[in-house]
Amino acid sequence: MARVLFHEVTKRFDETTAVDRFTLDVEDGELLVLLGPSGCGKTTVLRTVAGLEEPTSGTVTIGDRVVNDIDPKDRDIAMVFQSYALYPHLTVARNIEFPLRQRGVDKVERERMVTEVATTLDLDGLLSRKPAQLSGGQRQRVALARAIVRSPLVFLMDEPLSNLDAALRVQTRADIVALQSRLKTTTLYVTHDQVEAMTMGHRIAVMNHGVLQQVATPTELYEHPANVFVAGFLGSPGMNLMPGRVASGPDGALLVAVTDGVLYPPASLTAALTPGQEVVAGVRPESMSLTTEAHGDISATVVLVELLGAEAHVIARTGDESHLVVRQSWSAPRPDQGERVSVRVDPGTLHLFATGTGDRVSPPP
Amino acid sequence: MDAETSLTDPTPDATLARNARRARRRRRARLTANYAALTAAAIVILFPVYMAVVNSLLKEGQIAEQPPPLFPNHPQWHNYSTAWTSGHLSTYLANSAVVSITIVVAQIITSILAGYAFAFLRFPFRRTLFLVCLATLMIPFEVTLITNLNTVTSLGWFNSYAGLAVPFLATGFGIFLLRQAFLAIPKDLEEAARLDGYGHWRFMWRVAVPLARPVVAALAVFSFLAAWNQYLWPLVATGGNTPLYTVQIGLKELVGTQADQLNVSLAGAVIAFVPLLILLIVFQKQLVRSLTAGAVK
Amino acid sequence: MTTVELSPPRLLHSRRSRLRREALLGYGLVLPALAVFAVFSFYPFIRNFKVALYQSPPVPGLPSRYVGLHQFGHVLSSSNFLESLLTTVIFVALVVPISLLLGLVLAVAAQRKLAGLRIYRTIFSSTVVSSVAVAAVVFGTLMNPIVGLLPWLGISTQPPLLENTTWALPAIAVMSIWQFLGLSFIIMSAGLQSVPEEVLEASRIDGATAWTRFWRVTIPLLSPTIFFAIVVGTIYAFQTFGQIDILIGFSNDPARLHTNVLIYNIVTTLQQENNAGAAAVMSIALFVLTLLLTLVQMRFLEKRVSYGR
Repeated sequence: MARVLFHEVTKRFDETTAVDRFTLDVEDGELLVLLGPSGCGKTTVLRTVAGLEEPTSGTVTIGDRVVNDIDPKDRDIAMVFQSYALYPHLTVARNIEFPLRQRGVDKVERERMVTEVATTLDLDGLLSRKPAQLSGGQRQRVALARAIVRSPLVFLMDEPLSNLDAALRVQTRADIVALQSRLKTTTLYVTHDQVEAMTMGHRIAVMNHGVLQQVATPTELYEHPANVFVAGFLGSPGMNLMPGRVASGPDGALLVAVTDGVLYPPASLTAALTPGQEVVAGVRPESMSLTTEAHGDISATVVLVELLGAEAHVIARTGDESHLVVRQSWSAPRPDQGERVSVRVDPGTLHLFATGTGDRVSPPP
Repeated sequence: MDAETSLTDPTPDATLARNARRARRRRRARLTANYAALTAAAIVILFPVYMAVVNSLLKEGQIAEQPPPLFPNHPQWHNYSTAWTSGHLSTYLANSAVVSITIVVAQIITSILAGYAFAFLRFPFRRTLFLVCLATLMIPFEVTLITNLNTVTSLGWFNSYAGLAVPFLATGFGIFLLRQAFLAIPKDLEEAARLDGYGHWRFMWRVAVPLARPVVAALAVFSFLAAWNQYLWPLVATGGNTPLYTVQIGLKELVGTQADQLNVSLAGAVIAFVPLLILLIVFQKQLVRSLTAGAVK
Repeated sequence: MTTVELSPPRLLHSRRSRLRREALLGYGLVLPALAVFAVFSFYPFIRNFKVALYQSPPVPGLPSRYVGLHQFGHVLSSSNFLESLLTTVIFVALVVPISLLLGLVLAVAAQRKLAGLRIYRTIFSSTVVSSVAVAAVVFGTLMNPIVGLLPWLGISTQPPLLENTTWALPAIAVMSIWQFLGLSFIIMSAGLQSVPEEVLEASRIDGATAWTRFWRVTIPLLSPTIFFAIVVGTIYAFQTFGQIDILIGFSNDPARLHTNVLIYNIVTTLQQENNAGAAAVMSIALFVLTLLLTLVQMRFLEKRVSYGR
């Protein structure tokens, strides 16, 4: 059993709280992504599992042992660092077999395991080279090899792809996912890149300022973000967020008034809203379209049209100087700069968040 | 592992707490041992200086007391004034200051000029000349001693400030440091300045040197230290003529004349040491930077 | 027009003169430093060889006599020279390894991210500002047979430490170690900074104990620094002069012969015996020795040194 359990893990450095009461259960065999902007605490969380940081309070459990006081080397984990952290003075083969040597594995066995892992990761011809003679991608594979050669209980990965160029990143992403599903080792993966997170993780734990915002599958996070931060963080281009106020419509139905427009919340949320309430309305760019004035919900002036090949982004400005992004397919008629347009919101795609806490407005239980 | 512990329950709290306490105690013990060792080392290293200060404040007979006193109960501050006057320390300190400052200023200027040329200008044999400057660092002092003495004498500068300072007006180390600092200035800056009509001289003093200021400071501290602590050359180049002694040679003289008055000699040593101690504390960062310039390649 | 004119002659001329001006400026800027080097480093260096070929007169004022390499043979085989050579080698062998080892140990101990270590670091590097004269006076007192620390510690040698033929050199060595310790600490600390933290962390996860980490990761990665420190230390040890001058001034002659390191020998030969020729020969010997040692260290250690960053 190689679950990883976090129970109220808190880490303070002098005056700053890097991680605040982080609680999470990672399933055995799961690839869980820790996602968030720089400084959100995700790497610190990872390091508490590694044993490189000691939690100020709270417990970390690997399998069925609480590991707070156990040395990194006794936790049966392996880590891939952002900078790979290869031993510069050792050959690739020696780098990979280092953990085996430390555990007293005999020479024949060591060689066998190293060769096996090297073949898996396509490092066969490079075993006698030193890290300085390898390319970035090759070094990364050596770091991975060193991690998997011991078949640990848990893999820890700290932004392993961020030092690779874009094309290599896409390829290596797929390789890591394939490797993990084959080895079925529980993996904790830290990244700030939401595309990586969305494509790799079974589940994603989104963090901000040391606090866990939401943990869910990529789809769930995308379709039902728990707060404004998660809503804005996932998705490219990001969700359009507009301050608004709940009001009572002519027929008694509730609506949300935003600058230069009106939006219609789904009926299920009516019970959770009160007229006069301040909210943040969120609509994804792909849920918006340009239409004739009669059918539109928000009016705006086009500032810029970005042409991206497969699609176009229309950036328009509403009365309060905030911008909306509308995603159009390549073939849709494009407006001119400066043109006044009418933006339509697809029914049922409106997200509402409470101003202040930022939490999602959900139907009362 | 306890077979009864359910696989889904975390370890019971009592065991957790006990392990945590034990680990914490182990860690604290290790930490204390660490600090103890460090403190012991610090005491051993500071000890000579501490004893010097203590002894300098003792009465004449007290020094010979057994066990040696660790703290002056009746500090004899007048030892310091004796050292000052009979050791002519005011003169010697002034000499050291004049010579050292001259050397520092000269080394900074020559290093900036040459470093700039090597970094920004193109001319034939540039690389060779740079290596030549570095090669001077390989030439040890004892080899040049004899001739330099002759040269200085024939120039009429024997036993003079000029004679004390002149062999050290330039240093390959300084040229190396400044060239490196200038090379680190982004090319864009240089080109922008060129477009703005800056000639080399203006660029050097308005842009390059201000940007290289940390390195200049490091070099200044290092040069001052080296110049102030010189012993062999001031000894030889003053030839026993006391008025021009630097404070280091002055110390030697003090020791000689105060053969029995160790407390006074020590007072003199402390006086000579104090400016440098201040230097260390205030300019520690610069000092470390200059000293490690060669180590971290 | 079938050919393209690259630039009209007038522009070409101005470009040439611009280059020439740049070169002149370059030479001009380098001139002050080079002038100093020429007069006070290179000229003396070369002339030293010349002086070594002449035998100095027994009485100053008389011309010196050309004897060529004969003087080399004479001086280099003299017992005076050979003894001081041996003394120097012993001295260097005492001072350099011990200061480096202590510097390394202290640097490792003071490097952690613990509270208050900055003060320790300042203390450990403080000896770098001590001058030769100050150190000599201070240690001279400590080692004084009557008033120093030794009687209290129960150490009493006859004759007293600094006059003792066996113990004078080690005593000076202790003082030199103390003095060099600051620089050794600073160099080692700087080197330690360049050992990547993440590599050490990786080794912790890979199962290495602190001992293993030190020997299998830290030291190999530190080897360029250690090499640099050895070179610096050796050169420094060869130049030890002032301490001996002041301290053996503390006491009487018998010990002087046993602390007669080469540089001291050179200076006394020059100043007290007025024998510039012999002094020049010995200074060349010292220079060659230093150069050889540096080259040997470079060759030997470079094989072991693992760059690879």
